Amino acid sequence: MEFVVASSVGLLTAAGVYLMLRMRTFPVVVGLALLAYAVNVFLFASGRLTLNQPPVQIYEGPWSDPLPQALALTAIVIAFGMTAFTVILALVSFLTSGSDSLDMENSDPAVARTPAKRGEDA
Amino acid sequence: MMSHWIVAPIILPSLMAPLLVLVARHDIGLQRVLSLAATAALVVISLMLAVAAASGTVEVYELGNWPAPFGIVMVLDRLSALMLVMTALLALAVQVYVVGTDWDRRGAHFHALYQFQLMGLTGAMLTGDLFNLFVFFEVLLIASYGLMVHGGGKARLRAGVQYVIFNLAGSTLFVFALATLYGVTGTLNMADMAERAHELPEADVALLRTGAAMLLVVFAVKGALLPVHFWLPNTYVHAPAPVAALFAIMTKVGAYSIIRVYTLIFGPEAEVTGTMPGDWIMPAAVLTLIVGMVGVLAGGNLARVVAFAAIGSMGTMFAAVAVFTPESTLAALYYMVHSTFAAAVLFLIVDMVQSRRGTCALGVLPPIAQTGLIASLFFAGAIAMAGMPPLSGFLGKLLVLDAVRDHGGVAWVWAAILIGSLIAIVGLARAGSQLFWKPHAEGITDPDGTVAAMASQPVGVPVASIMALLGLIVVMTLGAGPVTGYMQDTAGQLFDTSVYINAVMGRN
Repeated sequence: MEFVVASSVGLLTAAGVYLMLRMRTFPVVVGLALLAYAVNVFLFASGRLTLNQPPVQIYEGPWSDPLPQALALTAIVIAFGMTAFTVILALVSFLTSGSDSLDMENSDPAVARTPAKRGEDA
Repeated sequence: MMSHWIVAPIILPSLMAPLLVLVARHDIGLQRVLSLAATAALVVISLMLAVAAASGTVEVYELGNWPAPFGIVMVLDRLSALMLVMTALLALAVQVYVVGTDWDRRGAHFHALYQFQLMGLTGAMLTGDLFNLFVFFEVLLIASYGLMVHGGGKARLRAGVQYVIFNLAGSTLFVFALATLYGVTGTLNMADMAERAHELPEADVALLRTGAAMLLVVFAVKGALLPVHFWLPNTYVHAPAPVAALFAIMTKVGAYSIIRVYTLIFGPEAEVTGTMPGDWIMPAAVLTLIVGMVGVLAGGNLARVVAFAAIGSMGTMFAAVAVFTPESTLAALYYMVHSTFAAAVLFLIVDMVQSRRGTCALGVLPPIAQTGLIASLFFAGAIAMAGMPPLSGFLGKLLVLDAVRDHGGVAWVWAAILIGSLIAIVGLARAGSQLFWKPHAEGITDPDGTVAAMASQPVGVPVASIMALLGLIVVMTLGAGPVTGYMQDTAGQLFDTSVYINAVMGRN
């Protein structure tokens, strides 16, 4: 079991890092998702790998640590929300700029020529 | 009774933000009143907490009344209180500027995002639990993603995507580091981990050291330390300038986390890491300083000049952090507070210039409206940022120079700081004279008609908020005695970890 868990964390991380280095939004988002899976499995394993044990120490003997499961749940929720946000942001960025490349030239910041709705409530 | 006030800086913005979305979403006037009132209240609460913390006791608030290390604790010590006061004062000034210039009308939900940002910041500064620190980092980051793309636009959205992705990668590394630390020590409470790190079996030390090193990289990403500073220039340049002014505090959260974790858990006397944090931070800090100051000279537009000046100031600050003595931490804290206000002042001036010129590129265009006033403000801000007398940047740099005197690489650090300051002076002076002096030469034309076409901009409120921030810098200069006194006690408290640990673990 240790081998399966360790190699799945390693493979997911490697694939995630590779995809993140592609510098296009779609592979990068998928890469971030894979990294999030890797980190969740890793987090889960940080409480030691045990099978069929109670999550509280009610009697003498081995028990499984419940805290990493709570941490993994928190991390899943955060990663899910962040991925959803990144997808939308990448989509909006693609639709406004027409490019999904993550590179950026050193451009000057854009300035609104007409300040919005000035004096409307005056 | 006092102890319940500790969570108030987190509860207040976290209740205000949904209120702004649900109740006041169609009424910008009401949003402004509520949000400004909440931020003003945050200033009052922070000052109150700072007074309470000044007595030297470490106040602990157990969430849900679960004792540490089983529950999450909020801890108020001098350092947390100092960070809270700095955050609240900066937030109020920037928010007044935003309201005064109508930036909050250029997109939806500015004030709600702003309050969530404050919630994340205050939470990160108060929490005594590492995983909770991660959660508050995510809160402040997701709010900052929204603020970063506030107002929209092609370049801003693309910079926003970069910023988000870089920080998500950083967050992933954060969780990897936390899982490693938890796997070795079996706790996430900082005080508990500090104790257990001392009693580890020999076999686990390498793992713990790995976790500590990964955590250092995560905080270095937030603190814009070379070589993981890439997110900062484009983010600060393309974010709405007032938001960039608020983001001056974001890098300081990274600095705060480094100071907290690498004094409390992996402090100088911890055998597992030894001098590793300082040995890593010092060269990175010197490189950050050099790159920042060269960037000031090579910026090309005012926003980029200021962004690189902010990077350079982080380098100066981290050089003092890396020594890890009470004296150097005092210098780091003083310079940190000063450089936060100085960077915010300059970013607000960038916005004033940009809104009057239509661009902040350093080309020569006809004089802008209120050119004398803005030029004087820029002059004061640049003096503060470059570290020239009479403002507190000078005192801060003196403290930093003095703090690194006994360090092995003192020659490198002094050379970098002194030459870097000179380059910064040249870079800022050149930017200022291009923008404010050369327009008065004869025969300057306005090729695209942009300057003439710019609508008139509000003056009173924006200038008042910049003056307030400059006033804080002046207060730090004139009141340097009491301020450094408070920070000296703060640094002393940081290095006497037993007080913090005993307070959290309930042993009095």
